[in-house]
Amino acid sequence: MNVPTMAEMTAQGKQPDVLFWVGCAGSFDDRAKKITKAFVKILNKANVDFAVLGTEESCTGDPAKRAGNEFLFQMQAMTNIEVLNAYEIKKIVTACPHCFNTLKNEYPGLGGKYEVLHHTEFLKSLLDEGKITIEGGKFKGKRITFHDPCYLGRANDVYEAPRLLIEKLEAELVEMKRCKTNGLCCGAGGAQMFKDAEKGNKEINVERTEEALESKPNIIATGCPFCNTMMTDGIKAKNQEHNVAVMDIAELIANAEDL
Amino acid sequence: MNYIDNIAFAILLIIGIGFFVKNSKKIVRNIKLGKKIDRSDLPKERFNNMLKIAFGQSKMVKRPIAGILHIIVYAGFIIINIEVLEIIIDGLFRTHRVFSVLGGFYSFLIGSFEILASLVLVSVIIFWIRRMVLQIPRFWNKEMKGWPKNDALNILYFEMILMSLFLLMNATDNHFQNLNVGNPISQYIAILFQESSFITVKIIERTAWWLHITGILIFLNYLYYSKHLHILLAFPNTYFANLKPKGQFTNLEAVTNEVKLMMDPSADPYAAPDENAAPPEKFGASDVADLNWVQLLNAYTCTECGRCTAVCPANITGKELSPRAIMMKTRDRLEEVGANIDKNGKFVEDGKQLLNDYISSEEIWACTSCNACVEACPVNIDPLSIIIDLRRYLVMEQSAAPQELNSMMTNIENNGAPWQYNQMDRLNWKDE
Repeated sequence: MNVPTMAEMTAQGKQPDVLFWVGCAGSFDDRAKKITKAFVKILNKANVDFAVLGTEESCTGDPAKRAGNEFLFQMQAMTNIEVLNAYEIKKIVTACPHCFNTLKNEYPGLGGKYEVLHHTEFLKSLLDEGKITIEGGKFKGKRITFHDPCYLGRANDVYEAPRLLIEKLEAELVEMKRCKTNGLCCGAGGAQMFKDAEKGNKEINVERTEEALESKPNIIATGCPFCNTMMTDGIKAKNQEHNVAVMDIAELIANAEDL
Repeated sequence: MNYIDNIAFAILLIIGIGFFVKNSKKIVRNIKLGKKIDRSDLPKERFNNMLKIAFGQSKMVKRPIAGILHIIVYAGFIIINIEVLEIIIDGLFRTHRVFSVLGGFYSFLIGSFEILASLVLVSVIIFWIRRMVLQIPRFWNKEMKGWPKNDALNILYFEMILMSLFLLMNATDNHFQNLNVGNPISQYIAILFQESSFITVKIIERTAWWLHITGILIFLNYLYYSKHLHILLAFPNTYFANLKPKGQFTNLEAVTNEVKLMMDPSADPYAAPDENAAPPEKFGASDVADLNWVQLLNAYTCTECGRCTAVCPANITGKELSPRAIMMKTRDRLEEVGANIDKNGKFVEDGKQLLNDYISSEEIWACTSCNACVEACPVNIDPLSIIIDLRRYLVMEQSAAPQELNSMMTNIENNGAPWQYNQMDRLNWKDE
């Protein structure tokens, strides 16, 4: 797999068009790594001039900030900004809405100003420029519902790019009752991913999965590695793992293309 | 000439408005206890937001039934106030229906007021049914027991009585009924009084008139004690609301300075601290004075409709957290602090604070920061920002994060990821 790093590129005197910010989940989580690879396959297929930071990447600080540890967040942010600015990065794409939100909204105030795109927005632009084609094939006639990640949707008002990509698959996009601005959280945000939930009568991911299942989907599509984990767990809790798949938009496209 | 009733009216008016002004000043003072935050940018965009969201009620109609009924009550409230102006002039200057010089237009005005008043009456009755008969869940959450429930009902009863008095006043105004224009509703009520003597009807009319204006003044002053301040504060609240993307949390400047110093290779680690330096700023919030004034304005503006709580994933799944309760508790504490200042001339330590005494850490840690509450609020209140400020205090001042979050943060510090993976393994996926 062709995955150039910024260090290699710089050594060769090259500057890529875009940095792919992989994120911690995309780097270490077994499920999320598949999303990372699917996205890289598309980037390579479309001949996108990209690079990753590799071992020079570090957590954006998002979970620390949401947990209230502004100190740790800013330490992470400033360290990352030093690296990004040293490489003169102008444009970043990431498959994680949490990295996306933090890099896009919270880094500029600390000296890190970049054009930041979520991978669904980036894929849509590749499609618009004709660099990738996604027509018909595998997902034709499948019912796909899209679970809006909070940090992509409500937090940053990106609702249309992922839906447009699903429609391009010639799949049937079915909406859950609570979608777009009214979308229900998967339960992972605000650093909840890293702790048990407080006492209650239900897990949030189960509530959300039940709602997704009401729309009778073949596939629950997401655009966030954490939503992916939560929805996958929810599907298992409902014993539906053989009937319903949870997939990232990048995986859907890579699959449709047989990459 | 007998001026007693004019004088009585003037006194009533002065007392009614005087008390309202006095209490309004307290509200302004309490809001100013909050920290500074600059919301003077983008005045045009802010004004448009206010027009659209507060004046135009654009977020109310997201729930269409409640939204449309609310618009009727709101329109009624604003438009019928023109009638109040007439009542005040009549009361002060012994005139009777002074605006009737407008002729046909006056009939049109009063006619539309009557229709609106009846629509308001019907809407308010439906509101009551939704609350008490249909028992819509968001009106019955834990935090709605006792005063909040009675407060909401009082307001509905107030509005029912005021609208009824307005219609009764018109129905028993013989002269007005004889003209028989501008009375599309009251003419049917007037039938009830056909058998009554002239003097009885006159007495009823005067009584209704006096009760109507007295009721309005009482209502005006009730606002201060109620959850109903939104009829005034929704306007500044939407104007000063956050315009940045909802996912963007503030970067604490005090922290930035510390971090910059830490990362500055030329900083002298042994340097004696500047003796004139201000004491270091408290990180996050543990009490109302640590919040900013917009957050405190939010607390006064909240009308406890519960749309936030109805969409909160934590609350839906039975957790202790309710964004509405966050706002209500913030206001309760703010009023306690305000009463303390009233009594002592300045705030005297009372051994209490917002965190723990009002809002528990269990509530705060249940939040997923999903912004559903912020999105749902019809007047752009931001409960999430308060939750995050309280978390900041817990974590940075008290090191009181849940243990699992401490592990997550330790991992980020040590190896640059929330899990225990080596930074050097970040690219391993490439070859797997």
